[in-house]
Amino acid sequence: MKMILHFMRDYKKESILAPLFKMLEATLELLVPLVVASIIDEGIYHDSRRHIFLMCLVLFGLALIGLLFSITAQYFAAKSAVGAATAMRSRLFRHILSFGYTEMDQTGSSTLITRMTSDINQVQNGINMVLRLFLRSPFIVFGAMVMAFTIDVQAALIFVVTIPLLSLVVFTVMGVTKPMYKKVQGALDTILNITRENLTGVRVIRAFNREESEKEAFFEGNDRLTALQKFAGMISGLTNPLTLVIINLAIIVLIHTGAVRVNAGSLSQGEVVALYNYLSQILVELIKFANLIVTITKALASVNRVQDVFAIKPAMQEGQVGFSAQAESMRRDSGKRSVRNDARDTDAGKKENRKITNVSPAVEFNDVSFRYNEGGEAAISGISFTAAPGETIGIIGGTGAGKSTLVNLIPRFYDAEKGQVSLFGRDIREYTFRELRKMVSVVPQKAQLFAGTIRSNLMMGVPDATEEELEEALAVSQSKEFVDKKEGGLDAYVEQGGRNLSGGQKQRLTLARALLKKAPVLIMDDSASALDYATDARLRTAIANLKHQPTVFIVAQRASSLMHADKIIVLDDGKIAGMGSHEQLLATCSIYREIYETQFKKEA
Amino acid sequence: MGKEKETTMTEKKNSARKSTAVRLWKYLKPHRIFVLLSLLMAAVTVAGTLYLPILMGDAIDCIMGEGQVDFAVIQSILLLGVLTAVVTGLAQWIMNICNNRITFHVTRDIRNHAIEKIEILPLKYVDGHSYGDVVSRVIADVDQFADGLLMGFTQFFTGVITILGTLGFMFSIHVWIALLVVCLTPISLFVARFIASHTYSMFRLQSETRGEETALVEEMIEGQKVVKAFGYEYTAQERFDEINGRLRDCSLQATFYSSLTNPCTRFVNSIVYASVALSGALTALSGGLSVGQLTVLLSYANQYTKPFNEISGVVTELQNAFACAARIFELIDEEPQTPEPADAQTLTDVEGNVALSHVHFSYQPDRKLIEDFNLQVEKGQRVAIVGPTGCGKTTIINLLMRFYDVNAGSIQVDGDDIRHLTRHSLRDAYGMVLQDTWLKTGTVRENITLGNDSYTDEEIIRAAKEAHSYSFIKKMPKGLDTWITEDGAGMSQGQKQLLCITRVMLHVPAMLILDEATSSIDTRTEQKIQNALAKLMEGRTSFIVAHRLSTIQNADIILVMKDGHIIEKGNHEQLLAQNGFYTELYNSQFANI
Repeated sequence: MKMILHFMRDYKKESILAPLFKMLEATLELLVPLVVASIIDEGIYHDSRRHIFLMCLVLFGLALIGLLFSITAQYFAAKSAVGAATAMRSRLFRHILSFGYTEMDQTGSSTLITRMTSDINQVQNGINMVLRLFLRSPFIVFGAMVMAFTIDVQAALIFVVTIPLLSLVVFTVMGVTKPMYKKVQGALDTILNITRENLTGVRVIRAFNREESEKEAFFEGNDRLTALQKFAGMISGLTNPLTLVIINLAIIVLIHTGAVRVNAGSLSQGEVVALYNYLSQILVELIKFANLIVTITKALASVNRVQDVFAIKPAMQEGQVGFSAQAESMRRDSGKRSVRNDARDTDAGKKENRKITNVSPAVEFNDVSFRYNEGGEAAISGISFTAAPGETIGIIGGTGAGKSTLVNLIPRFYDAEKGQVSLFGRDIREYTFRELRKMVSVVPQKAQLFAGTIRSNLMMGVPDATEEELEEALAVSQSKEFVDKKEGGLDAYVEQGGRNLSGGQKQRLTLARALLKKAPVLIMDDSASALDYATDARLRTAIANLKHQPTVFIVAQRASSLMHADKIIVLDDGKIAGMGSHEQLLATCSIYREIYETQFKKEA
Repeated sequence: MGKEKETTMTEKKNSARKSTAVRLWKYLKPHRIFVLLSLLMAAVTVAGTLYLPILMGDAIDCIMGEGQVDFAVIQSILLLGVLTAVVTGLAQWIMNICNNRITFHVTRDIRNHAIEKIEILPLKYVDGHSYGDVVSRVIADVDQFADGLLMGFTQFFTGVITILGTLGFMFSIHVWIALLVVCLTPISLFVARFIASHTYSMFRLQSETRGEETALVEEMIEGQKVVKAFGYEYTAQERFDEINGRLRDCSLQATFYSSLTNPCTRFVNSIVYASVALSGALTALSGGLSVGQLTVLLSYANQYTKPFNEISGVVTELQNAFACAARIFELIDEEPQTPEPADAQTLTDVEGNVALSHVHFSYQPDRKLIEDFNLQVEKGQRVAIVGPTGCGKTTIINLLMRFYDVNAGSIQVDGDDIRHLTRHSLRDAYGMVLQDTWLKTGTVRENITLGNDSYTDEEIIRAAKEAHSYSFIKKMPKGLDTWITEDGAGMSQGQKQLLCITRVMLHVPAMLILDEATSSIDTRTEQKIQNALAKLMEGRTSFIVAHRLSTIQNADIILVMKDGHIIEKGNHEQLLAQNGFYTELYNSQFANI
């Protein structure tokens, strides 16, 4: 609730004016029975044709003014609802983008997408409806009661009894069905999931002849859904009949009381008609209100779901140190280094920051431990190593040994639980995210591309890349050949998720995207798995010859992909089982030897 | 071309709409008793709601003024009122229950038919359609359809009956005033239609913009990790805000203009009301109408216009529901896979002799893939399929498992054309591990047994140990009963693959198909699994797809594929001797060492 108000803040005027005009309109509607009463009592009984004409003109006038008020209210309501939802969407999007890997792992993308889209749409509808009707209905109900009091106190007491009774019915039904509808949604989710799985896993399900059991599971879920829907429908279907009975009983009591009062001379016939009309108005309003409740209930559920996302606070604190200057100098520095390696020493010390880059290691892990879930097993523990600028570090190890985890700590996708990760001599937590991401370029395990062109995908991290730089990145990543073959070359269209590209092509493009950044640290997380050996080999050579000589981390399954590395880290069950060059490890590390031998047994 | 398509589309649409109605009736037929009951109750409800104002009007007529009240008559009228109100309320509730029952049973039946169809859809359909589209047909479309149907039942029938009933009652009270109402009310329909037709384009623009925004949101959130890694958040936010701003503008327009319907039709209603008041009061003045009757007419004028507004809403809703129903029927009507012949044989005691003779196959007629391919696999032989990325290695598997049928030629298992065998027994003869590690939402156990309850825990654990998955299953919070989600969150790719291998270890089939079964597993574990798999393959015909050549060197037959064609065939030594593409592939593996 508070959140909604927060987003409606910029539409204060509209949010107040909309219900206000609605109420003005309702007030006019409340006057109608009085006018009709006057037609009967003054017009018909006093035989005044003039009065009848006059009052009907008043009715017409009320309708016209009501229309104007109503349109005004609709406009303000729409503006406020749409505006608040727009602001909420923008803010939520920003919030989600601020999530770290930890938060993304915990929430999952599909639910975030529905919250961004359909939930906020529900909220928008809800706000719109509330502004337009939610206040109007109670206003008419209580207004009708107040008007009844002005006509006759004793008769009005019937309203005092009826209205709470009606509210009780409406709110009880609402209270009882709300959790039911939640269950219905849950049951629907179940069959949705089964349907989805039967499509995504069609091969496995058919290969194992599980069609029948899948169908049965679906039927079962479907039956449950139907039963829940019927039950919820039965309860919520009570609202209208109950309202109808209660109001009509109230009308009957009213007419009886009215009859007694008229007989005693304290009430006129026209006034009884007016009171009767008020009760009828309440009936109409409540039926509308009951239909509205479904919208409101849904919107409230959506508000909660959106709020849940806002409640997730990114755990990471951003550092302060901008590193641009240093990064630039690194880029230039490494560039120079390859050209005139010997001149480096004379350059060193000229500038403060350059001294830092040359003296301190590019990446340093100091007794680092990390676990994904609190209480879960440590993914890596007690990791310490250094990587000098320009070095190539290979990381190898068994499935689930923590290879990806280790490299994911370098760009601070996750925060280490214990120990310290440093980049060029400074704790990575001191850098701003922006600078950190400029320093470290990643080729993730999952090759993910976005709708657009090849060019737009490559330039994600470097919006100002030149044509030459693009060509170079394509060449190094071994994608030049297939990109050139594509219609439009760099401007060839890439479908959502890169569907129109093969796995290997996607992988090479993600590599090109990372290379374009020319970051001093490049991480390749098993990102050549879809490439055949020949391409993989060419790729390795090209990366080794990169002009800006980055510090490269290669995570791989195959020893052949990283045996040329300056330093190989062998991980086993989250711990370092060996570290050194290929030759050293072959001599000292039994695990490494095993890995190597399983791959090259035939040759050995 | 576009225009031509359009006209055939509309023709199709019309016939589709007709057949949709027929189809719907088929689904409704089993519930016809409830449909009748619902209609009956609707009639009772409407009669009751219309009769009540008359009763009240009569009662009011008995209250003429001071000392002129006929209590005896009033009391009997009011007693009748109580009865009518209770009966009406009850009838309405029963009607609601009937409608709920009909709607939800019909949607349940439709959904069941849909899943039955999904299970027998040809793979070609599943591979060629986006999952989201099929899922949204089964879930969202059916839901929308249910909403429409329910609304149709509850509001359309009662609405029509109310209009007819009200008209009848009004005419019975006063013909001229009734006529006046009849002439005036269509105005509100015109107004509603006018607004609807003018807001249509605004709504289209809104949903288009919304779609655009959703696409961006989907991409950015799904790729959030990449977005973060490349510092793309700022640009993403800019792109989003631009679309969001456009969405705000067109959404405001659509919302506002469409929300005019209600006030405008209400305005028309008020005019009708005022006209009835005027003409009624004047008639009453000349003695043609009692005050009670005037009250009744006024309350009818209110009630009469309401269903008109509702019906116009219901009609749009129904149109929408029909469109949704058509989409789901389209799925249900989809051509199923070739049905099994009546005399299909069950494959039993599989030897494992597989023969492909003169096989022709392609996914698209204009792009030839496999032509006149012959292969004879003896019992217990190992067939390896190798080739560079994306060369169509999995096509062979699609054919062997009969996920796709050959275009010409035939595939035989133990001498029988697989098209003459039951799919069940054919697939039962194979154990398959795919590169795509598919896991379902459920426990680890369910993922291994795939819902087959006949396996004991001992058997499962034995299989898990053989597949080397037991060590990590053991470490999971609840072991075999640990709940995993569809994408197997928290498990590495390699661990997922181990689970898939466990399935086969448990099942122990007659033949094996391994499609890059160990690609994500580290070489050390792979070695161990290879040993287990090798033991499994002993005496069993097996087909292995791999790009790591080391794993397949001792295969009996190696098929080398390139661009969808089989270009070389033979064993390791023979192929090396040929010094062709295989040799090239083999050598590249050891380049740069």
